[in-house]
Amino acid sequence: MPMRAKVASSVSRTAAALSRAAGRGDGSVIGGWIGLKIDPDLLAHLSAGRAIALVSGTNGKTTTTRLTAAAVGVLGRVATNSFGANMPTGHTSALAKAGSTPYAVLEVDEHYLAQVLEATDPHVVALLNLSRDQLDRAKEVAMMAQLWRAALVRHPDVRVVANADDPMVVWAATPPADPAQGHIPPKVTWFSAGQRWHDDSWVCPECGATIQRSGDQWWCTGCPLRRPAPQWAVEDDGVLDPTGAWHKIQLQLPGRVNLGNAATALAVAAEFGVRPVDAVSRLGTVTSVAGRYAQVDRDGRNIRLLLAKNPASWLEAFDMADEAPTLLSINARDPDGLDTSWLFDVDFAPLRGRQVLITGDRAYDLAVRLDVNGVPFQHVRSFDEAVRAVPPGRLEVIANYTAFQDIRAELDRVN
Amino acid sequence: MSTESLRIVWIYPDLLSTYGDRGNALILARRAQLRGMPVEVLEVRSDQRLPATADIYLIGGGEDGPQALGAQRLIADGGLHRAVAQGSVVFGVCAGYQLLGTSFFAKGAKYAGLELLDIASDRGPSRAVGELAGEVDARLGIPYLTGFENHGGRTHLGPGVSPVARVTAGIGNDGATEGAWRGKLLGTYSHGPALARNPALADLLLRWATGAHQLPALDDTWAERLRSERRAAVAAARA
Repeated sequence: MPMRAKVASSVSRTAAALSRAAGRGDGSVIGGWIGLKIDPDLLAHLSAGRAIALVSGTNGKTTTTRLTAAAVGVLGRVATNSFGANMPTGHTSALAKAGSTPYAVLEVDEHYLAQVLEATDPHVVALLNLSRDQLDRAKEVAMMAQLWRAALVRHPDVRVVANADDPMVVWAATPPADPAQGHIPPKVTWFSAGQRWHDDSWVCPECGATIQRSGDQWWCTGCPLRRPAPQWAVEDDGVLDPTGAWHKIQLQLPGRVNLGNAATALAVAAEFGVRPVDAVSRLGTVTSVAGRYAQVDRDGRNIRLLLAKNPASWLEAFDMADEAPTLLSINARDPDGLDTSWLFDVDFAPLRGRQVLITGDRAYDLAVRLDVNGVPFQHVRSFDEAVRAVPPGRLEVIANYTAFQDIRAELDRVN
Repeated sequence: MSTESLRIVWIYPDLLSTYGDRGNALILARRAQLRGMPVEVLEVRSDQRLPATADIYLIGGGEDGPQALGAQRLIADGGLHRAVAQGSVVFGVCAGYQLLGTSFFAKGAKYAGLELLDIASDRGPSRAVGELAGEVDARLGIPYLTGFENHGGRTHLGPGVSPVARVTAGIGNDGATEGAWRGKLLGTYSHGPALARNPALADLLLRWATGAHQLPALDDTWAERLRSERRAAVAAARA
């Protein structure tokens, strides 16, 4: 590593430690920010010599990254940005902090995938899904798919592990081959993780015709784009691998969506040579991820935290949550997106019959939504009031990003 | 009303439903049902014929490509023009508002609109993103407008329409006026579920559709709290 990179890396680690010691955060962004100021190529320098996997998509990135790091851990030490700091500053900080490791598994914000592909020269990139998320500042879904596609064309050597169930992902992962330009189509391994949310993929990104669905299958009515046959798939409570062998998956994380994330993790790890049979037991060691799925006991209530940031992830959260009293908390601060319109893209009907409490900066937006949805609810002013309002036993908490962080802080920053 | 039940058509949800647009159909249906009106909501996709006999037509927001495609298909279909000629109500939001006019810009090119409203839209110097508020045209008889806008267009009103509101926060058409209406056609930049924050506007559309001069009052406690909160937030941001 060049001297400038060594200095930058060392200063970066110190800054992160100071940030943590000062209680100002988990240090996963500030360290990288300072390091990149000293050496703009620091991320590339820190990546050199490591076999790297990138994990990107709208939903499930943090959990899939955690599961993948656990699976790749079969082979040796793995650096990873496990706090969800998923932009280049976070990657830089994570790699600097980890020191020398043969492997790295990095969660990447979907907007930064092209840049991080360039800087880290990964062995494999996993593409999970694309759906609407904070449209007041984020890119439209189709434009995001186009950016991914353009980035993959520039990296024909990277192996792609992609979701066969999401038409936007399939289109992004299969750029047209143009041998004259030296464009070779990327080698793609397809997984099927299921997709509950379909409202961002009714129109073909290739030709604009309607996409039809029947069961698991989907196809464009105007061009050859259709669901590729997956090599990895969720079946019952396990995962089918490309040889047809079935592996039972026992996770401590709830919901079918996490079985899909486990299948993805096994597929990515297999690209490094990890056999699924060796990795499955490690997946079961993951209990919670930066507070997501964490369980805390307080005053006789068992509180479980579920993060839901956009319509697709709310549908998944309702699937994961038990039939128990449920607190919903909504904010609309900068990290959440300032627009609450998406509440009307979510059908809250699955909550009927449960005791529902609402709170957060934008509880009134949620109140109007639930009223129209015919879901009775009770508005509470604080997390404590919510805990007192429910009987002893399970309390499910579903919250969007900053609302989730607020509640996590109430519970002493539970991980 | 044209038939036994109130018929609401949501036009092209496959193209024009960027962020919560479904809310407007849900809210109209709910408010009609609470008054004992039977309601039918039809979602008409862009590969289907548009029925010309519904009472209320809703067009939502969308990105440039789907907006241009939606306008072309609506012009070719002709159903919305026939419905308007028969006195149906049309409520357009954002991209769906622009395409009711004579022309709009998408993907850097000018497209023909449906020419149902005397408005023309072009590109503004910057994207308008944030809270939108305005004092509504007194002839509409409803209180202040509150919403969220997210668009790159600017809309110029001809003599054949009136603005819905005078802007007090945000951009709307051009920073001075917001939305446009004539007869039973109304468009706004208040995107997504505009009617969630403006129940009186929802009831105005229902009154236009049914011919009723008044509708029984509903419990709008939560919507009123939301409106007050948003109004206070806009005022605080300005101070």
